Amino acid sequence: MANKSEVKTVKGYSIPGEGSSVLISAITVVALFVLWWAATHLGWIKDLFLPTPERIYNAFISAMKGDIQGGKALPEHLTWSLIRVFSAFFLAVLTAVPVGILMGVSRTMRGIFDPPIEFYRPLPPLAYLPLIVIWFGIDETAKIILIYLACFAPLAMAARAGVKSVTIEQINAAYSMGASKAQVVWHVIVPAALPEILTGMRIAIGFGWTTLVAAEMVAATEGLGQMVLNASNFLRTDIVIMGIIVIGVVAYLFDLLMRKVESMLVPWKGRA
Amino acid sequence: MIGRGKPLLQGHILSTLEIKNLSVNYAGSNGQNTLALSNVNLIMNTGDFVVALGASGCGKTTLLSCIAGFMQPSEGTITLDGKPVHGPGAERGVVFQKHALMPWLSVVENVEFGLKMRGVSKAERHSIALDKLKLVELEKYAHYPIYQISGGMQQRAGVARALASDPAVMLMDEPLGALDALTRAHIQDLIVELWWQTKKMFFFITHSVEEALFLATDLIVMTPSPGRIEHRFKLDFSHQFIECKDSRKVKASPEFISMREKVLSLIHDGQAEGEA
Ligand SMILES: Nc1ncnc2c1ncn2[C@@H]1O[C@H](COP(=O)(O)OP(=O)(O)O)[C@@H](O)[C@H]1O
Ligand SMILES: [Mg+2]
Repeated sequence: MANKSEVKTVKGYSIPGEGSSVLISAITVVALFVLWWAATHLGWIKDLFLPTPERIYNAFISAMKGDIQGGKALPEHLTWSLIRVFSAFFLAVLTAVPVGILMGVSRTMRGIFDPPIEFYRPLPPLAYLPLIVIWFGIDETAKIILIYLACFAPLAMAARAGVKSVTIEQINAAYSMGASKAQVVWHVIVPAALPEILTGMRIAIGFGWTTLVAAEMVAATEGLGQMVLNASNFLRTDIVIMGIIVIGVVAYLFDLLMRKVESMLVPWKGRA
Repeated sequence: MIGRGKPLLQGHILSTLEIKNLSVNYAGSNGQNTLALSNVNLIMNTGDFVVALGASGCGKTTLLSCIAGFMQPSEGTITLDGKPVHGPGAERGVVFQKHALMPWLSVVENVEFGLKMRGVSKAERHSIALDKLKLVELEKYAHYPIYQISGGMQQRAGVARALASDPAVMLMDEPLGALDALTRAHIQDLIVELWWQTKKMFFFITHSVEEALFLATDLIVMTPSPGRIEHRFKLDFSHQFIECKDSRKVKASPEFISMREKVLSLIHDGQAEGEA
């Protein structure tokens, strides 16, 4: 029922930082864009350092057609990058999630996997890239292994932590309904851990993407990272900036996708 | 008085649960052990509604956990129809105070869970589950997600889930403790009806004297440090409810009120003694 009363409305209690910030963010984006436009068109910054927005757009159009150094079109670079990141990511999900769950439910497994994972987890992937190149060569295998390792640790950690979301009541209830230990793991602990696993997947795909672009800059003949690096060798700032924007947009789309998956798979997250 | 005796037992197997000299001594972290139960003896039969009443910390949950098989006692034995209890099993259904339903499953899927684990076919377990949901007046909510139904409905779903395995014993650990007074009274009525219809053995924990008197055929009053059964009463207020279907009338009767005062003073004296 609409309340048509004349009595002045008041707000309830509020906490600091409450309310939507979307409008403010939109204004910030527009302001940055105007500043960019002004800085380039009024000659505040040299074209070599920051090209005009129109030039970035033109770079995008010619890159789509393959009209850039290297001769490969933007969709081809993008496809290569996506294939690498997703194949490594799926391999990581298939292996890291079971390992994490096992670490959560078994003292032995935790004892075995804890030292290697805790050792390599804080290392920046580019620190061990040279070793991987020595072991596996410079082709696709090396890049996929690098991204795989970058995704593995956050996924395993998330699955392991997720095991703790199960309540002792849920486990005991399952046992007293006749479930076996394996059934408790599969039908109670895994679903209870799913929200954390999905959060881990969101983090992992982000890690994978940053690692991929960096790896492509070191060793590749195609891919977004390589496209940007190649353009910088020819001082094509327009293509560099266009590439950076594409990389950022793709990362943002990953996040949107993962959030969508989350709301589909775990609608009960935070509500039970 | 009317309606005395046990629920009618038509073709049901009579079960007996026997607890002998049960003691539980928890190891504390600083060498300080807690004797949570000391030499508890109890016999329950099909049709008995046993209520364990007592203040927090007197060992009620510990006793229920031993019966459910969630833990092994330090000493003593528990047998169901002569067979020693080792670990949890489907013949002993449990209803918890909260956090025990699975939010990734719908109401009816929660009720089906145990049957599914034991390999009952989809069609059969679904019809059993809907049946049990009817018993707790929840059939309209069968396909709701758990997180969209109220706390009272969740507890009723928990009861239906435990019933679905057709256990010999229903174990309930303060199942109504987190509910508001009106919902609580309504579900108390429902539980008495369920007990009467299903003819099962109930073991029910509460720290509400009124709830205990209303539900129990056999009331045990427990006292802490060490946890033990201090008093036992035979009651029949639940039978009176079955006859008249008016729980407020039962709870307002002079008999009920004088019993309530008596049990309250027992618990009060017990506590004063414990603190002295
Ligand atoms: N796992 C445990 N470890 C050590 N002490 C415990 C444990 N569980 C319960 N206790 C102690 O045992 C006593 C009885 O606890 P409990 O059975 O939970 O009582 P109630 O359910 O009647 O409140 C309490 O003093 C409690 O602190
Ligand atoms: Mg308790």
